[in-house]
Amino acid sequence: MLYRENGQFKSTYRADQQVLPIRQDRWFMAAVLVFAFAVVPFIGTQYTFQAILIPFLIYSLAAIGVNLLVGYCGQISLGSAAFMAVGAYAAYNFAVRVPQLNFLVILVLAGLAAAAVGILFGTPSLRIKGLYLAVATLAAQFFLDWTFARVKWFSNYSPSGAVSTTPVSMFGFTFETPAEKYLFVLSVVVVMTLVAKNLVRSHVGRAWMAIRDMDVAAKVIGIRPVHAKLTAFAVSSFFLGIAGALWGFVHLGSWEPAAFNLSQSLRLLFMVIIGGMGSILGSFFGAAFIWLTPLFLNQVPAALGVQLSTATISHIELMIFGSLIVFFLIAEPHGLARLWAIGKEKLRLWPFPH
Amino acid sequence: MTLQPKTRWLFAAAIASTVAAGGVFAQATAAKEQFFPVISYRTGPYGPNGTPWANGYVDYLKMINARDGGINGVKITFEECEFGYDTARGVECYERLKSKGPTGATVFQPLSTGVTFALTDKAPTDKIPLITSGYGRADSVDGTVFKWNFPLAGTYWTAADILVQHVGKKEGGLDKLKGKKIALVYHDSPYGKEPIALLQERAKMHGFELLLLPVTHPGVEQKSTWLQVRQQRPDYIFLWGWGVMNSTAIKEAVATGYPREKMYGVWWAGAEPDVVPVGEGAKGYNALAFQAGAGQAAVHQDVLKHVYAKGQGTGKQEDIGQVLYNRGMIHAMLAVEGVRQAQKRFGNKPLTGEQVRWGLENLNLDPAALKRLGMEGFIAPLATNCIDHEGSRKARIHQWDGQKWTYTTDFYEADMQIIKPMITNSAKQYATEKKIEVRDCAKEVS
Amino acid sequence: MNKKNLPVIVLLAALAIGTLLPLLEKSTQPGFYVEVVLGGLMSGVLYSLVAMGFALIFKASGVFNFAQGAMVLFAALCIARIAEHVPLWAALGATLVIMTAFAWLIERVVLRPLVNQEGIVLFMATLGVAFFLDGFGQTVWGSDIYTIDLGLAKEPMLILENVFAGGILVNRDDLVAAALAALLLLALALFFQKTATGRALRAVADDHQAAQSVGIPLNRIWVIVWAVAGVVAMVAGTVWGAKLGVQFSLQDVALKALPVVILGGLTSVPGAIVGGLIVGLGEKIAEVFLSPILVKTFDLAGGGIENWFAYVLALLFLLVRPEGLFGERHIDRV
Repeated sequence: MLYRENGQFKSTYRADQQVLPIRQDRWFMAAVLVFAFAVVPFIGTQYTFQAILIPFLIYSLAAIGVNLLVGYCGQISLGSAAFMAVGAYAAYNFAVRVPQLNFLVILVLAGLAAAAVGILFGTPSLRIKGLYLAVATLAAQFFLDWTFARVKWFSNYSPSGAVSTTPVSMFGFTFETPAEKYLFVLSVVVVMTLVAKNLVRSHVGRAWMAIRDMDVAAKVIGIRPVHAKLTAFAVSSFFLGIAGALWGFVHLGSWEPAAFNLSQSLRLLFMVIIGGMGSILGSFFGAAFIWLTPLFLNQVPAALGVQLSTATISHIELMIFGSLIVFFLIAEPHGLARLWAIGKEKLRLWPFPH
Repeated sequence: MTLQPKTRWLFAAAIASTVAAGGVFAQATAAKEQFFPVISYRTGPYGPNGTPWANGYVDYLKMINARDGGINGVKITFEECEFGYDTARGVECYERLKSKGPTGATVFQPLSTGVTFALTDKAPTDKIPLITSGYGRADSVDGTVFKWNFPLAGTYWTAADILVQHVGKKEGGLDKLKGKKIALVYHDSPYGKEPIALLQERAKMHGFELLLLPVTHPGVEQKSTWLQVRQQRPDYIFLWGWGVMNSTAIKEAVATGYPREKMYGVWWAGAEPDVVPVGEGAKGYNALAFQAGAGQAAVHQDVLKHVYAKGQGTGKQEDIGQVLYNRGMIHAMLAVEGVRQAQKRFGNKPLTGEQVRWGLENLNLDPAALKRLGMEGFIAPLATNCIDHEGSRKARIHQWDGQKWTYTTDFYEADMQIIKPMITNSAKQYATEKKIEVRDCAKEVS
Repeated sequence: MNKKNLPVIVLLAALAIGTLLPLLEKSTQPGFYVEVVLGGLMSGVLYSLVAMGFALIFKASGVFNFAQGAMVLFAALCIARIAEHVPLWAALGATLVIMTAFAWLIERVVLRPLVNQEGIVLFMATLGVAFFLDGFGQTVWGSDIYTIDLGLAKEPMLILENVFAGGILVNRDDLVAAALAALLLLALALFFQKTATGRALRAVADDHQAAQSVGIPLNRIWVIVWAVAGVVAMVAGTVWGAKLGVQFSLQDVALKALPVVILGGLTSVPGAIVGGLIVGLGEKIAEVFLSPILVKTFDLAGGGIENWFAYVLALLFLLVRPEGLFGERHIDRV
């Protein structure tokens, strides 16, 4: 009743090609953005910003990166965290060696560095597919892990192997309070999401989806697989590199090579699968689900008054996590984004059943 | 279009959990309580070592509540947070717990050098002291730069120094170390890398060759490392491992025939979980004993009486008196005494982190105090001040005979002539990098 | 000689040369070299034990079972903890029952609802199973370090003292592990070739639909396959547990079995053995002899090549022979 396109006619092609063609969708998105930018900074606590919102936003960005590669282009990658590491270390090295650079420039450079490495490790995708490609990307994960731990130049010859950064500052303004950091990360994520959304609606995105669905047929109609696959790896790694730089600089502040290990890669893959492969919105849902579930599971026993040792809670977390993943895969293989889409469909008919 | 039953359930679950999640992040407040966060790890590859430590820590806090009614009437509340030795999760636990309690978290003891590095940057902003007793940054002894770090009773440079002194003594003099080979088999993390600087310095001084053999987390695969040991045949091995890396290292030493009598573990590689899984092969293995090794003192009787007799014990009763359990107790004692000392200046009420920091900086645990605490002979006397956040730097060596740990030496003291300049340099570098204003202890009002 | 095989042969030759190179260098003692080779082969056997489980399940049900490592750990935990109360053989029997029950549960709860889904979905489901098994095993059995006592002496034996200076160190449990792996391979080969169930399994592996059309009950076959993989996991768990101690991080080492199956071919059980031996040997030789050279040349903060050697090796093999050494060829070039 409320969510209908009645009376919304488009008179130009441009209007028809909008990202959000339905007016109610535009209002909703505007409301969300206003809430995120103008209201949350005032009502959020330090804990909400630092432990919930900032990691969620950065993970969403990383999940978008992974989704572009896995969901839109169909190339399985188990090495996403390694590309985040490339971005983080590249940003660190630029910041330390060329301190005059604006942080936004550093972010873009970090993304480009990650994209270059992504292209390099994406070359095997030209010959292998599916599970075999997954194992090949594992090679990237472990090799890059090793490189950052062993090649001392990357951590600026620090004896402990850990690197630490100063708070992000741009144009003379330092982002020190959690609210400021949150706004910075939010801005970056909003801009990058727009970029991603437009990319997947363009011919580049269509080429990716063609490769994913039927690569032989795609080649037959003239889509270049080499070009498509390598751009997928490049753009995906670009996003992951920026996410990694944000993760290291804004969220962690100081990190060791182990911060970007295999479990991070698997976590990103989970986000994409549970959120919905091939959906930008799904990346956000997946990131929220994966990040908030352990926090949630940690608080519930205490809230219910049941006393469990932290070890037991950890184990139960693992069990619930594992079974939730299986449950989601059985019940809705296309992820939370599909549930959202179904919800919207229902909403268009409401209050009528069909 | 009707929804499949499964999808309907999913919807309901999604809505229900979103609603529930909203109401869950509430915190309770109460008066006259001092909140102690306990970030620990009871799972994962480091769980076997983290569990007894956490048990000792928590038991001591419970005992203070049961026996004394708190610290001068201020009750202790605590909450554990599991972080599995993962730095990022450790920082999360910190963020979650730092504002709990009427005055915020009292003190953090991360039991992880990696987390220590990360928190060293955050603690000054949040004004919460860090006790990193027996681990952490070796240069944080310098209180003029590291105002909020307290590596009480020993750092890794202290440990490495004492080990070198001991093997030097065994050889008949430090000069006899010339031409010898000492291998450092270390956990590839900030923890394992910390002693390298001092060992390199000592190697230069005495002319022994230092062999560096890193082992990747979690340390279950050490075959290549020990094949290299077999190839190089070092005269001594210093083991800087943690968790399952330790028992694996000793097992591999057995498998490659390296005599365990020539192996010396740091105080985090010398406890029951490290040697018991190896069985007979661990006989003769040596390790540093950080203050107390295994055994019981008067304080254990109090714990048995006030905690275990009432069924409040955190772990198994047979396990109290183990090496890591005792260490947990000592660490808890240091935190409690820091609060007690601070209360002398600020009053018997819940104190902020900043006030407790002052207490930790003015600790004076003399023999009389140790007797009162029931830890006589358990820990060496310790006194901190503005410049020296370590307090004491002694350790002995104990050896595993298959059944128990027995001391084989007296207390060694680390040679500050070598260590102090290294600390000062490193701290100065940190201060310049982080743009920290170095304190002037003489000017500060106590 | 088939021209298509040329790149593989070149790669294998390069590997062989690389393996023999340290022997030619004067600084290496031949006795020590033999020890490294034996150590490498031993690690390889450990990997193959896990890889066999992978290959079995993939062969028969097309599922890449990421949970194999967790199954190895779970089996080892069961054996170790049950053996604290009853003799070892009883513990083994009990674990066998548990693993079979687990196989049945997996088929019912995970595989049947996901039939016909893409490989990636099944792979993620096994990832979920791995997580679940992790938490479950530790909840039930605890997260300490446990031991499996096979009654073998831990002290190594010194053999061939007159041939090589100083003799060669050999561990008894290594020999037992190798013997067990060989026995297992033999048993599996006999099972597949001689029994009706084995034939049915091979039929299912070839073509699901054709097998169903001749009346082979697919669901029961999958239960059997997972149960057999469970037995393999049990053997792997016993050997690993006896050697390394039963603890949580055992399954991280199982991750190495992935490149082993890739090398050997996802559908080949003998391939898993050969792949394991190649990976184990290559790793150890690279780590012991190549690492120090790299550290000195590039001023690295330590060695640790074996963290990625297996994977890069698998990657190289994938580029020249995507289906592995013994896998079935299929042409899918674009």
